[in-house]
Amino acid sequence: MISPGEYFVEGDLAAAYGAIKAGCLFFAGYPITPASEITQAMAELLPRVGGKFLQMEDEIASISAIIGASWAGLKSMTATSGPGFSLMQENIGYAAMTETPIVIIDVQRAGPAIGQASRPAQGDIMQSRFGSHGDYETIVLSPNSVQEMFDLTIKAFNLAETYRVPVIVLSDAEVGHMMERLIVPENVEIVNRRIAKSLQETTIYDESLVSPMGRFGDGLELMITGSTHRPDGTRDTGTPEVQESLVKRLVNKIEKNRERIENWEEMYTDDADILVISHGASSRPSKGAVIRARKEGIKAGFLRPKVLWPSPEKRMKELESNVKKVILPEMSLRGYKMEVERIFRGKLLHMPKVGGVVPTVEEILKKIREASL
Amino acid sequence: MKAKEIIIDRNLCKGCSICIHVCPKKTLGISEDINEYGLFYPKVEDLASCIVCRLCELYCPDFAIEVVQE
Amino acid sequence: MITSRYIKENYVRRLPSAFCPGCGDGQILNAIIRAIDHLKIDRKDVAAVSGIGCSAWIPSPYLRVDSLHTTHGRPIAFATGLKVANPRLKVIVVSGDGDATGIGGNHLLHAARSNVGITVIMVNNGLYAMTGGQVAPTTPHEAKTTTTPYGNPAFSLDVSRVVAAAGASYVARWTTWHMNQLIRSIEKAIMKKGFSFIEVLSQCPTYEGRMLNMDHIQMLEWFKNKFREDADGIYKIGEFVDIEKPELTEELEKMIERVKK
Repeated sequence: MISPGEYFVEGDLAAAYGAIKAGCLFFAGYPITPASEITQAMAELLPRVGGKFLQMEDEIASISAIIGASWAGLKSMTATSGPGFSLMQENIGYAAMTETPIVIIDVQRAGPAIGQASRPAQGDIMQSRFGSHGDYETIVLSPNSVQEMFDLTIKAFNLAETYRVPVIVLSDAEVGHMMERLIVPENVEIVNRRIAKSLQETTIYDESLVSPMGRFGDGLELMITGSTHRPDGTRDTGTPEVQESLVKRLVNKIEKNRERIENWEEMYTDDADILVISHGASSRPSKGAVIRARKEGIKAGFLRPKVLWPSPEKRMKELESNVKKVILPEMSLRGYKMEVERIFRGKLLHMPKVGGVVPTVEEILKKIREASL
Repeated sequence: MKAKEIIIDRNLCKGCSICIHVCPKKTLGISEDINEYGLFYPKVEDLASCIVCRLCELYCPDFAIEVVQE
Repeated sequence: MITSRYIKENYVRRLPSAFCPGCGDGQILNAIIRAIDHLKIDRKDVAAVSGIGCSAWIPSPYLRVDSLHTTHGRPIAFATGLKVANPRLKVIVVSGDGDATGIGGNHLLHAARSNVGITVIMVNNGLYAMTGGQVAPTTPHEAKTTTTPYGNPAFSLDVSRVVAAAGASYVARWTTWHMNQLIRSIEKAIMKKGFSFIEVLSQCPTYEGRMLNMDHIQMLEWFKNKFREDADGIYKIGEFVDIEKPELTEELEKMIERVKK
């Protein structure tokens, strides 16, 4: 299924294709604009590959069900948008705490609250990292094309299986609903979790701080809990060292492997005075504006994180000493601002555009010209 | 049926005395001693009266009592 | 013959439990174990799922099967995913009245409606015990709890009737006094193809006892004398629903076979 070749599809459908290609066999979701097309596509595709689809009573049930299915050994996913993503936050923390690989696609729309249901925005970036309470880390990917909805959904599954974390694909209504060419390649790299053969194996961490995962029904007598627990699953909420070592490992699992996870695209950065950093839908006009600026003789460069969390911190720090100004066009008043400002400080010219529309090449080019003066 | 022994695990018993209450033959009573939690565990008053119905085992919330059949 | 020693050696992870002296949760653990043992099903084919509350601790950590201790109110949704992903598993949810009908009421309704083949054992003590005896959807009108110090202005839910109306395949209500009936009921529920639900009235000596001005022995006597098959409302015990009808995971499998062709 999803045979190699060229397709002309919308982003949401490409994400569903990617999930099927990655080996997803379980999807639970709840209808919401602008992510419903993913849910509908999974309802149609999954039974054809022997997978299970459930439409649940709400988004909390959806994420609960996919965590349950993941412990039964199936690669599992859900898709939603802002309001549903907010409802899922508690169990995103639960997945992080229990080290359950799951994939969540958030097709962002303008908020807060119900906002503009069918309009794109990029306001969920901080939430995607910090939305659940307590200390934990997730991985967040940012596709900017139909092709990347496919590619990064596969990557999301691979990262989830590798690091046993919830991985979020942070798309938006623009990318989710746009139609473009999609190339499904002959070969796709697929990663599968290591399955533990004994309870003992689940307590042995590799150099990435990840242990093989048990599976319900294999007779391991697993004890999975969202409470603070020892490596073998025994609940222990009273020993400071148990909480400390668990939480530190959950965070370090991402932090210590961040250079393997980080991923970005860059262009004209070698001699750039003005760096345009952008992600998702707004990165498309941003790139166009940088190309136009270069033609005008302005030394503009372009950096696009494909993985938002962990951010390309090291690369941004390298570029910091050479660039004079940084422009961050995005569809949010806060978006990725704090992360970029943390590194570039006074050099940042934030360019938020709210209203549910993508910034244009002209608008960004104007900002680059102003910065170059 | 006769009981050879009624074993009471003092470390598991929380002294709720449900076993004493459900026993149809008044085989059990409350001991004068306390266990390490400071709770009065049951004691066997009259082993010969036990009919090995095992209601005490069925109702004990703590798996702390066991009737050994003769 | 199932003895305490046999149970401890084969089915219990560790003891003593964290339950208060005289709490019914230990009895319900005992009942679940005896039902599993009577059925002679392999422990590795049993999965227990629970949420938050005292009764959530019955399977996790005490019951020696794969157990998933989840977030408050959500065990039925987790269990649905687990069951659909691996239909071979006998999935047992142990949930309190607050967990199953307060924060998680929606999941209970929809699991019953979709007739997913899981078993929910709802331990009903009429209030939120673990958090300190607050009012629950099952607390009687005018009852005093820590958050209704002047009496409960609201009214309580007859959960079994609601679940029956929602479409469950099996619904029963017992109390911790009715141990043998409860065990037989759990056996039937586990083997029932569709969604099965057992409400167990259980004594909470610490908070419910305070609310009712009774100790755990008096509560067991109350269960024995007041809760009868010919009684009315919440006091009515017995099997309310016991039917066979198409079940969700089976229907899904059939659909997949049809579509794959």
